Amino acid sequence: MLDIFLSSLGQLFTLSHLLFMVLGVLVGLVVGIIPGLGGIAGMSLLLPFLYGMEPTVALGMLMGLVAVIPTGDTFASVLLGIPGSSASQATVIDGFSLAKRGQAARALSSAFLSSMIGGIIGAVVLTGFILIARPLVLSFSSSELFMLTLLGLSMVAVLSGRDLFKGLAACGLGLLVGAIGMAPATGEFRMNFGLDYLYDGLPLVVVGLGIFALPEIIDLLVKRGSIAEEPCKLGEGWRKGISDVREQRGLVARCAAIGSLIGTIPGLAGSVVDWLTYGHAVQSAKDKSEFGKGDIRGVIAPESANNACACGAMVPTLLFGVPGSGTAAVFLGGLLLLGLQPGVGMIETHLDLTYTIIWSLALANILGAALCLVLARPVASLTRVPFATLAPLITVLIMFAAFQATRSSGDLLALGAVGVLGVLFKQANWSRPAFLIGFVLAPGAEGYFYQAVQFQGTDAFMRPGVVIIGALILSAMFIPMITAAWRKRREAVSVGAAVTPKAAPTLGVIDVVLFAALLGTAVIAWVDIVDLTLIGGIMPRLAIAILALSCLAEIIRCIILRSRWEHQAIGLQGLWLVGFFALVGAMLLLGFITVATLFCFVFLLTIARLKPWVAAVMAMGVTAFLVGMAEFLTLTYPSGLIDPWLFG
Amino acid sequence: MLINKTATSFFSLGRINKAVLLGITISGMTLMTSAQAQDTEVPGNIKWTIPFGVGGGTDVWARFFSPWLSESLPGEPTIMIDNVPGGGSINGANLFAMRAKSDGSDWLGTSASTQYPAMLNDTRVRYDYSDWAPILATPTGGVVYAQPSLGESADTALDALLEQPVKLAAQNPTGVELPVLIALDMLGADVQAVFGMRSRGEGRLAFERGEADIDFQTTSAYLSNVEPLVEAGKAVPLFSLGVLNDEGKIVRDPAFPELPTFNEVYQTRHGEAPTGSAFDAFRKFFASGYALQKLIMVPKDTPQALVDTYRQAARDFVDTDAFKEEAAAQLGPYTPVIGDVVQRHLDEAMSIDDATRDWLADWLKSEHGAKI
Repeated sequence: MLDIFLSSLGQLFTLSHLLFMVLGVLVGLVVGIIPGLGGIAGMSLLLPFLYGMEPTVALGMLMGLVAVIPTGDTFASVLLGIPGSSASQATVIDGFSLAKRGQAARALSSAFLSSMIGGIIGAVVLTGFILIARPLVLSFSSSELFMLTLLGLSMVAVLSGRDLFKGLAACGLGLLVGAIGMAPATGEFRMNFGLDYLYDGLPLVVVGLGIFALPEIIDLLVKRGSIAEEPCKLGEGWRKGISDVREQRGLVARCAAIGSLIGTIPGLAGSVVDWLTYGHAVQSAKDKSEFGKGDIRGVIAPESANNACACGAMVPTLLFGVPGSGTAAVFLGGLLLLGLQPGVGMIETHLDLTYTIIWSLALANILGAALCLVLARPVASLTRVPFATLAPLITVLIMFAAFQATRSSGDLLALGAVGVLGVLFKQANWSRPAFLIGFVLAPGAEGYFYQAVQFQGTDAFMRPGVVIIGALILSAMFIPMITAAWRKRREAVSVGAAVTPKAAPTLGVIDVVLFAALLGTAVIAWVDIVDLTLIGGIMPRLAIAILALSCLAEIIRCIILRSRWEHQAIGLQGLWLVGFFALVGAMLLLGFITVATLFCFVFLLTIARLKPWVAAVMAMGVTAFLVGMAEFLTLTYPSGLIDPWLFG
Repeated sequence: MLINKTATSFFSLGRINKAVLLGITISGMTLMTSAQAQDTEVPGNIKWTIPFGVGGGTDVWARFFSPWLSESLPGEPTIMIDNVPGGGSINGANLFAMRAKSDGSDWLGTSASTQYPAMLNDTRVRYDYSDWAPILATPTGGVVYAQPSLGESADTALDALLEQPVKLAAQNPTGVELPVLIALDMLGADVQAVFGMRSRGEGRLAFERGEADIDFQTTSAYLSNVEPLVEAGKAVPLFSLGVLNDEGKIVRDPAFPELPTFNEVYQTRHGEAPTGSAFDAFRKFFASGYALQKLIMVPKDTPQALVDTYRQAARDFVDTDAFKEEAAAQLGPYTPVIGDVVQRHLDEAMSIDDATRDWLADWLKSEHGAKI
């Protein structure tokens, strides 16, 4: 054993291994920072060089890349409110709020430090765990996996707080949208309304960008000013972020442990782990009032978990050949190209390589996070730039990112459509994370439920693992309620009978629009799926039921409690949305690069009121970026009428 | 034409530009001649469309083949792999059918999940295999295996299999497991397929967890992940699907010479060779999904001389020892099939008659509750 440890360590610190690992880290950071690319694009950049390379060196390069993707994407989530990949969705909520409060440097530095620590903890856990992981991974059957998705869904209750019904309605809608596409159980197609684009369902990147990024851009454009609404102190914030992590070391350790263990379960990994840890941070906090408005714990928790999760995801990939995440799937292809077959052999005959992989992950994590920490301070100053200057660039960036999801014009239209929903949700204060959680977990919940019932029948829900996770879910939902009630009673006793009157719910014009739209959606969806078989239709029907019942419950609540009428602004936002669709239309008609360049130039000139030459230089920069990306990563854009002439 | 025009306008600019002009004229002429000779010359850049994501089985397969093909083609063209995933490979194949140029610079890599929807007349399919010419195909085999709780030996396990309902984890009713499901049904087994696996690997995991009673893996996954289970007494191999020889007969798989094929097992159990619509469907889906699992295709209008050059290049390297050694890890102990043989097998496999398709539709509906 010791000799294997030593030989792997020796491999790790050879010059060629280190050099290629640094290369992998640099590529990983670049593709991580650019939203929408993520691990898959990075891997495709490296994969052509892989065939014929020395395995240990090549593995170092791949691991360098895999390790830093969940680190690099934090920049976009915190600074611009763009969820770079599925691993950084929860980070957006509090990270971007902190940036808006002028604390971007703090959020970034604590995110990177907790990423680094999380990655190291993940690697340490893995070093021992990989030897005994097989039986444990196998003990998670479809019924336990189903319960884990339920645990993820129960976070909706934690996150929606007082607006429980709105949160549930949002989650129901997410589940319904997530059910678009092929029914896992029967292969039937659902709710595709004859559109080819919907056969595969909506891509996660598009939904994430539409629900989070687009509404934020529009909101900032309406408000004017810069991202940071309060004056920001970069240097101080940077140090504050570091000490935040020191104060929250318990949280970091717990979330890293959760991340690395959940990562080892094939088939779930990235999608639940950041919400689970975010929910954990909210639950374990005494003062929950700042979550969603900029609580540093909301950044630390998911960030410590996602790098650890990337380590854990290596277990099913290496031991079973079943990738735990999209990036791991590409990594698996890399292994095969190197002539390594994943399986028991990775422990029995290639244990040294396995350890080289695990420790490369740790080393690359340290390196990547250190680089990001250095970069954090200067890059955070972006939040001081007037937002009108950034807006066209970010808009082009998210459209670029969305289009890479399936490279069809439907991506851009879907981005706009989800964006409309996002703007309505944001303006009326409905929970956007609840929608996203529903969307992300819908396929897992449905697939595993069906499998559990088919494989195990009613025994599925008597298994010890299921009971344990079930207890966790119940405690997650009810313990906060009980403690709150208990605290309130104690306060009532100590202060006297001064019970504050319950705040009446507020209602606005957008709420009314949303109620009507959601109930309408429920009816349309119900009509569409009426022909489905029982098994194929059970999930959408359940989603519709959740959606419709929660909407009705909220309406009744509003009527009974005589809700206060609240003014909800939408006019300007609506105008910007129309502008966005006009932009999409122009891009599809005339060509992505041409219109993106023109749009940036005109926007910077007329709305941001920059000097003509500055606007021109920035617009040219956009062209250079798009053409360069197309060249290096063999990407394509909507070509339209003009692009083929200008850009070949 | 364009080049001539530019040349005239340059003419007035004086002597300094004469050298430039000369250069332009020469390059213009070479461009024109190359345009004329294009039908037989190998293009400098070949775009190989892979309708699957990066790192998937077909992508790795293409990346393994591309240096070999490039090096044995005249002029060593650059082969650029273009991944167009979506719709389980239907999207990429549709795009290829719409846009591919027939000057030899566009190739397509397909797999069983591209072939099956075309055979089943899926409404999303807008491509037609008869519009394409095959260059090369690589076969794979597969093995059906069972939990030892069914029986310690293949025979006892098969007996048990026929007496009680068994569960098998599959991807979807029309996925790569289709011929296996048909084969098991022909033997008389009552298979309850649990669909929704995202890969064969997930199916194997369900078997290892003890949730599925039987499972099926293709050769490379079987060798690396199931063989250790067999050695540890945790799995019992039942039969292989076999391979198609050049004459189109199903024979024993060279990777599993001791394992009987499905045909043999059927023969011993039923006393006669398998026949009928079910066997017809099995044969066709086996041929297009396994014997020709992955294919390199070019548009049919590509000049025949060029197609022959490509096929010859493939022939040149597949018999070398260096290739065989490398290919053993990637493709298993199978030799790629090239040119006319592929065309013959492909024509036979893809021509599925209405009676067989009707039988299949009924069977899928009644056995697995799936509509096609």
